[in-house]
Amino acid sequence: MKRVSLFTICFLIFIASWVFLKYVVGGLISVPIPNSVIAMYMALILIAILVHVSVEDTRFEEFIRPIHETLVDEKRSTRRVVLAVLIPILMLGYTYTNIAQKANPAGDPRVAHPVPPSEFILTHKDKEIGTMQEVENPYRHYEKDDPEEFKSHVENGRNVYYDNCFVCHGDHLDGKGHFAHGFQPLPANFQDPGIIPNFQESFFFWRISKGGPGLPNAGTPWNSAMPVWEEILTEEEIWDVILFLSHYTGYSYRSFGEGH
Amino acid sequence: MRCCSPKTLKRIYFILAVMLLGFALFAVLPAFAQDVTDEEYRPFPMIGSRNAAWIAAQLHLLFGSFILGVPMFAVIIEFIGWKTKDERYDRMAHEFIKLCMGAFSTTALLGGVLVFILVWCYPKVLSKLSGIFGPTMIFYVVLFFGETFTLYIYYYGWDKMQGRFKWIHLVLGVLLNLWGTAIMFVSNTWLTYQTSPATQFKKLSNETKEAWIESMLTQNPEMTRAEVLEGITANSVIPLHNEAGDFLANVWEAVNNFTWMPVNIHRLIGNIAFGGSIVAAYAAFRFLVAKTKEDKAHYDWMGYNGNFIALCGLIPLPFAGYWLGREIYMFNNTMGINMMGNLFSWLFIIQAVMIGVLFIGANYYLWSGMGRIEGAEIYARYRPYMIAIIVICVAVWMTPRTLSTISSASELSAMGGANHPHLGFFGLMTAKNTAVNIIILTTFLSFLFYRRSGKTPTASWKGIGNIVISILFFLGAVLIVVIGIVGFSKKLPDGFRVNVLTPWQVMVALGVMVVVTIIDIFMYRKATTSGTIKWGGMTERSQYVLILLAITFTSLMGLMGYARSGLREGWHIFGVHRDTSVDAFTPTLSEAVNMVSIIMVIFFALVGFIFWLGLWGEKKKQPEVPMETVAENND
Repeated sequence: MKRVSLFTICFLIFIASWVFLKYVVGGLISVPIPNSVIAMYMALILIAILVHVSVEDTRFEEFIRPIHETLVDEKRSTRRVVLAVLIPILMLGYTYTNIAQKANPAGDPRVAHPVPPSEFILTHKDKEIGTMQEVENPYRHYEKDDPEEFKSHVENGRNVYYDNCFVCHGDHLDGKGHFAHGFQPLPANFQDPGIIPNFQESFFFWRISKGGPGLPNAGTPWNSAMPVWEEILTEEEIWDVILFLSHYTGYSYRSFGEGH
Repeated sequence: MRCCSPKTLKRIYFILAVMLLGFALFAVLPAFAQDVTDEEYRPFPMIGSRNAAWIAAQLHLLFGSFILGVPMFAVIIEFIGWKTKDERYDRMAHEFIKLCMGAFSTTALLGGVLVFILVWCYPKVLSKLSGIFGPTMIFYVVLFFGETFTLYIYYYGWDKMQGRFKWIHLVLGVLLNLWGTAIMFVSNTWLTYQTSPATQFKKLSNETKEAWIESMLTQNPEMTRAEVLEGITANSVIPLHNEAGDFLANVWEAVNNFTWMPVNIHRLIGNIAFGGSIVAAYAAFRFLVAKTKEDKAHYDWMGYNGNFIALCGLIPLPFAGYWLGREIYMFNNTMGINMMGNLFSWLFIIQAVMIGVLFIGANYYLWSGMGRIEGAEIYARYRPYMIAIIVICVAVWMTPRTLSTISSASELSAMGGANHPHLGFFGLMTAKNTAVNIIILTTFLSFLFYRRSGKTPTASWKGIGNIVISILFFLGAVLIVVIGIVGFSKKLPDGFRVNVLTPWQVMVALGVMVVVTIIDIFMYRKATTSGTIKWGGMTERSQYVLILLAITFTSLMGLMGYARSGLREGWHIFGVHRDTSVDAFTPTLSEAVNMVSIIMVIFFALVGFIFWLGLWGEKKKQPEVPMETVAENND
């Protein structure tokens, strides 16, 4: 039986990797992976293959032999003809799929997280509370000092959440509320390990109290549908709902220097 | 036609550089007087003030990094040569310092240019900074003269101080490094202060504490002293200016600001890595153009050493960077979020890609090098697995957390948000730190294989030794992954990830490397040589990899410098002195990439010119044939 060339093996590994990422990981195991991320992974796989075949001269020669033969060997004219037909067809297909796209608008242009202006002073309505760096949840200390009092604040936070927030952020705080799918970007998922552990409580106070309209000019458009909750909730209610978020999910808020 | 000898040319060049620096220093003196001019800014023609300062500062930094990094390993190599009585090392150290000489003058020239630009374009900013840091600037000048004369004695006295005076020469080399490191530490104070003009309460003198309390009471007349101090702990962040921008502290407190020491350490290690990579790229170029086998052998050996030095610097670099990031978060959480989760977050994906290139490239070079060692074939079977591990870890490292900007609306909808439900975990630092530590361990394994190639240990316990080493690697990798998984857990105490888990991951990786190195040194102490290294037998591809590594290092330094500097956003001194110039906006990532690319091209053009100048008129001499054999079939 004729031995399969190294080039063919590498080519098959490359294609198999793409199928694995696109249809196995992005289909059978999980939800689809964006094409841009697949392209990134495929570039790495290509580099891995090229590294493997080019480290040693002998293997590199073995790898490029079929390419060389296809280009210059008189016996390989059929291959050349096939490639001469195939390459333009592939390019045509690529061009067509790019020009004749279905209506599929670009994703949300926002970067990872909104960030308050650096000189930001935390306020509730017109009342100054302090700088983002200094302010702590005034009821957090009850967790150790007075567990009963802490529990009552958490319960109050639970009521505030289910009265106001769950329709978007979901019954289980997972961002899958009834209205969630009407929004782009989707409401925050507090069960995600990258949300609560990455921010201090003062950050949450800022986001809740100022809502979408309070987001900074930098990084616009944010397209956030979050209401300005300081007009509806009291300062205590906002701090209580912040306690409830971490109590329910089990995640701790970020402290100085801490993060995920 | 030759007007003068290369040596004279170099001297003229050096004198010019010193003169320019001298003029610059005189020019900066008026800046010591406050409000010397009413003009806040003066425009730089054509390219604008910021771009002019950016180009000059970045070029100055790149050359500075080279001339500070190279003497560090040159003196170590010289010491090895002295102890082993192997002249090859001495010659190589001399050649490294020779490369430094031209670059030294250029660094001074560029420093002068930078000062001119700052004095001309940003008089008030410089006035403010010099008002605070005046004494350090005088200290800087003293250090600069110290370094200049030490370098000259060190270089020109190389041949004269052989033999019984060699130890004095080595002391001079160490002194040269001390001067250089001190210079860098001093200049780092100015730029780190611009980013983080604050320090912790415990670091303040009693006078400054009083001045700060007074300023708070003036600012808030309704408050009492007790109320000002309420909630203030030893670690509280205290700004060193009052609301009006007046400086409240002393020079040392300004020097010892939040980011000063992390930047010092990060740059110190980075200089070694960068210096090694530039030397390796130089050797690669000389290898590629070499006409004789001896030349090829020599520059192959030099390239190997340069890459080894770069690797030694590269391995601890992520840890130092992590510390710097942590300090930025501690100084100002908003700045931290901006860095890792907002304005500069995509820069860190680019950083991951580039560091991935560095690690893949460095490993590639080591694996290629094993091709010229007889007996290294036995390790080739592990290579595909090592490639797979490194590439998977790089993939984890470069996976973005938030995919909204690179996904279509339908892709976002399919994922149920901006984070992929599974790959999204790779976007968190817990996963990325795990990946980095595994990459570092794998790179260390590559080096171990390289070191062992062509040698057979004679120690009676070699079997047990190999088992112990294998178990150490396995346990180390398992521990790193387990710690990484624990990092995703809920209910972790405050600060546990940053203060406990991450340091433990680092300790495990470093611990494995240290213990394995010790075992390996003892195991191979009396090893027999089963195969020689055919110096000069490297593939040409591997030499291009060395050049790629130098380019990647240079780009990375430029881009991360943009992040460090850009984090201030609309401030010259964060929170103190606002930038009201036409350049007050933060450049976009694409603009930064373009600028860094332009600077990189200028840098390599200058480096090429300086190296050529250094070689100009060099007498054709037979290079030292470095090792056991010169490859027979390397044409």
